[in-house]
Amino acid sequence: MTNPVRRYRLLAPIATACMLVVLAAMRPAGAELRIDITRGSVEPLPIAVTQFIGGGPEETRFGRDIADVVAADLERSGLFRPIDPRAFIQTRMALKTLPRFGDWRVINAQALVQGRAKLEEDGRLKVEFRLWDVFAEQQMVGLAYFTVPENWRRVAHIIADAIYKRMTGEEGYFDTRIVYIAESGPQNRRIKRLAIMDQDGENHRFLTGGAALVLTPRFSPALQEITYLSYYRNTPRVYIFNIDTGRQELLGDFPGMTFAPRFSPDGKKVIMSMAKDGNSEIYTMDLRTRVVTRLTNHSAIDTSPSYSPDGKQVVFNSDRGGAQQLYVMGADGRNVRRITYGKGRYATPAWSPRGDLIAFTRISKGIFYIGVMRPDGSGERQLAKGFLVEGPTWAPNGRVLMFFRQTPSDSKGGGGRARLYSIDLTGENEIEIITPLDASDPAWSPLIP
Amino acid sequence: MRFNIMGLIAAIAAVALVTACESATEKTSGASGAGAAKAKLIRIPHKPAEPAMKAKMAGPKSGSQADLVINVGDRVFFDFDKFNLTSDARSTLEKQAAWLKKHSGLTITIEGHADERGTREYNLALGERRANSTKDYLIALGISPGRLKTLSYGKERPVALGSNEEAWAQNRRAITTVTGGTPSG
Repeated sequence: MTNPVRRYRLLAPIATACMLVVLAAMRPAGAELRIDITRGSVEPLPIAVTQFIGGGPEETRFGRDIADVVAADLERSGLFRPIDPRAFIQTRMALKTLPRFGDWRVINAQALVQGRAKLEEDGRLKVEFRLWDVFAEQQMVGLAYFTVPENWRRVAHIIADAIYKRMTGEEGYFDTRIVYIAESGPQNRRIKRLAIMDQDGENHRFLTGGAALVLTPRFSPALQEITYLSYYRNTPRVYIFNIDTGRQELLGDFPGMTFAPRFSPDGKKVIMSMAKDGNSEIYTMDLRTRVVTRLTNHSAIDTSPSYSPDGKQVVFNSDRGGAQQLYVMGADGRNVRRITYGKGRYATPAWSPRGDLIAFTRISKGIFYIGVMRPDGSGERQLAKGFLVEGPTWAPNGRVLMFFRQTPSDSKGGGGRARLYSIDLTGENEIEIITPLDASDPAWSPLIP
Repeated sequence: MRFNIMGLIAAIAAVALVTACESATEKTSGASGAGAAKAKLIRIPHKPAEPAMKAKMAGPKSGSQADLVINVGDRVFFDFDKFNLTSDARSTLEKQAAWLKKHSGLTITIEGHADERGTREYNLALGERRANSTKDYLIALGISPGRLKTLSYGKERPVALGSNEEAWAQNRRAITTVTGGTPSG
């Protein structure tokens, strides 16, 4: 599935070496061009992403398409403002000569991306790019990649990630995928299918046919597998879907409904709920040894477990205190403590891949909220709200979340539209992810290795 | 017999009111609870192959899902985020238990459902609790546990459409469905 893309560093020093540096006019020397993504609303950085040059029409097309995807990724992050190419003064770019920085300063481009697409004799596509600090007249990063031509989108996302990382100091999240539930049909007989797509909505594919109701998919850290709930043969059970082979495997033989599955951070276990005699408890199953371990033992509902990234703790949802709240326990089930004390009910906890925050759904006075808090329950912040917003999932860099938003439905079955949205950790930049059908239960993949 | 037919028509009318928001021409797979009940109800008057006389004589077949829906009541309702049985629910389940004793060869599945005002996974657990408290009461009334299964749909299969209190109240339910065995009498 994940076609390898080889990368190596371009001869980065070349540019700097042949440049008798004209001291940057606008910024004091040493002040690096950098985006601080920890602040609330950041003024997006003006960046010029030029069409990657190519020889023939095919290379030219790759060059244009790749530049478009890079610009779109950067723009959707909310941190960059790609400048309209019609404003460009220098329209012919060669990688071997320096850009005419003055031409880019005139249109106020702070950063400049140029690149080249070349089809090698062996059929591979070579894509190289450089990121320039326009005012310092310095190359910030320069890389080249070889790949099969069909893989050009991934290369574009990898380049966007490299630019994001160089400018923000954080890992990017563009070379990732989303698995989610595609919904269609009337609300009382909703057809739900597993579907997968790139984080920008491209390369969309349905994974199941819709005969069985499926819910709550989650990626394995190794990416080839998804764990989810299926009502195959009217029996709700946790399954594992192999993306490479399309095989669906029932996870264990349990005496009751298994649901709310998630992989452990090392991918070796699945943690989930099992309901027996009406009581939902949290269990883990070791995928190799098939050993099942019970973590909770309480007459209340215990569900929606999510591991901390170090695998040492689990946050989960329980109504043992009378209503739905979030609790944290050790990975062995010990030392359970409640972390939510705000107004309303708390649900669907998702531990950030950075470990610093837990995202959740909160329901208060008929309104649903997506929020985050520290693992000890302090620092609660609200990111989004609506009639029904639910199920936050983290981008691998822990800076962006995705969730779904559903509108109310009327008594004739109209409305009830469900869509995916991404939002910054700051609560800014909420964007709909375009899907062919209605969509819910998103799960963000790790970075593709 | 004429009395039975009147009863049947009245029951259909009553159910039609309850589910008035749903199109009568829709076909359901029979897999989902209330949808299945409704489809079977509608199929009775519309069955083209059935001679009119025979239909009049038969009514809902004794021990069938339609019989349960019309003459007993196939569902009980719950308060918001609750799974304890109301007195109405107990009274319905007492009738169900009598009916199940009469048709002792039947096996049933109790489907637990929730309204849309909760989160998906919690509602799956809540639906399971509702199905189970229904099951427990039927067992207490003398029905053999071996005849009873539970299945939670959470908020996935509403019977009433619309985002309003009336619809939510109808969707917080446990439905008894005949899933196997043979009726007696």
